Amino acid sequence: MTTMLPTLGLLLGCQLFGEVAARGLGLPIPGPVLGLVLLVFILWTKPGVAEKLRTTVGVILANLSLMFVPAGVGVIGNLDVLTDDWFALLVILTMSTLLAMLAAVATFIGVSRLIEGRSE
Amino acid sequence: MSGVASLWSYLSATPLMWLTATVLAYLAADTAARRLGNAPWANPVLLSVLLIAPVLWVTRTDYATYFEGAQFIHFLLGPATVALALPLWDNRDMIGRSVAPILLALLVGSLVAAGSAILLARVFALPTEVILSLAPKSTTAPVALGVSEAVGGIPTLTAVLVILTGIIGAVTVTPLMNMLRITDWRARGFAVGVAAHGIGTARAFQVNRVAGAYAGIAMALNALLTSLIVPVLVRWLI
Repeated sequence: MTTMLPTLGLLLGCQLFGEVAARGLGLPIPGPVLGLVLLVFILWTKPGVAEKLRTTVGVILANLSLMFVPAGVGVIGNLDVLTDDWFALLVILTMSTLLAMLAAVATFIGVSRLIEGRSE
Repeated sequence: MSGVASLWSYLSATPLMWLTATVLAYLAADTAARRLGNAPWANPVLLSVLLIAPVLWVTRTDYATYFEGAQFIHFLLGPATVALALPLWDNRDMIGRSVAPILLALLVGSLVAAGSAILLARVFALPTEVILSLAPKSTTAPVALGVSEAVGGIPTLTAVLVILTGIIGAVTVTPLMNMLRITDWRARGFAVGVAAHGIGTARAFQVNRVAGAYAGIAMALNALLTSLIVPVLVRWLI
């Protein structure tokens, strides 16, 4: 537990840096994504930091679903914006999500096999 | 005013009650999901929402009041996104060996996610502003809202579509990949991260740590790519 507060401080600090950089440079990337890049860079320069983060980050990532609950409840409050098109939208979302997963998984596996085949 | 009513009016004015309700609903949903062996349809986000929504409805609580309490949890999405750096770092050797599959699957997955949504919406003859709101649905919420606004969509509609996409991806990924007999956890995780952002990533972590790391990479890279390609795609396809 002694590593919890330093870990939170580091995560928040990276996010703050990301927000400042994204806004300051007018980048279309969310601050936390830039913060993620910064933290990878920090781990690269100081690999020892990884072990200190592990416990707290493990708890956070094991409960990632919790953090989507407030936004998920917002969906219920805004279902009326789906209005006349709700059926079409649900069909489109389902088909498009399945197609995107199929396309990504087929590309990933296809390219992996090509490369692994060539290196043998 | 009776004692119960005055207690209610006090509690309903503080963030404590809905913050507590959100945590308790999630704990119940997560326990139920575990007992069901993390079955795909027993999605913790979906179950939590289904527990909280009727309570809000019965107590006539509006979303703004609920969010005053829930915002503290919503805020943690930022640090949690930063925290994805650790599984990325842990899997750096494996990721280093799969740079080409990652970049090509990102490009194809991101194009199909946005392109198929736009084209299907045209088949259904949806209004243009609805199509524009739909296009960035596979990327993480803050990016999707920004893109939607930039191309002339309706951000509140986009917010709903993004969350629904995440839940659909999280619920369908395991049956889909099992049906296709795909055993490569890198590919399975990457696919759900690119198509269903953070909610898909949360699902991937539930199933396998390597899948979670790849889903996290896909989500982060797609946040970047979607903001670049959706403005171009909507010009071509609408």
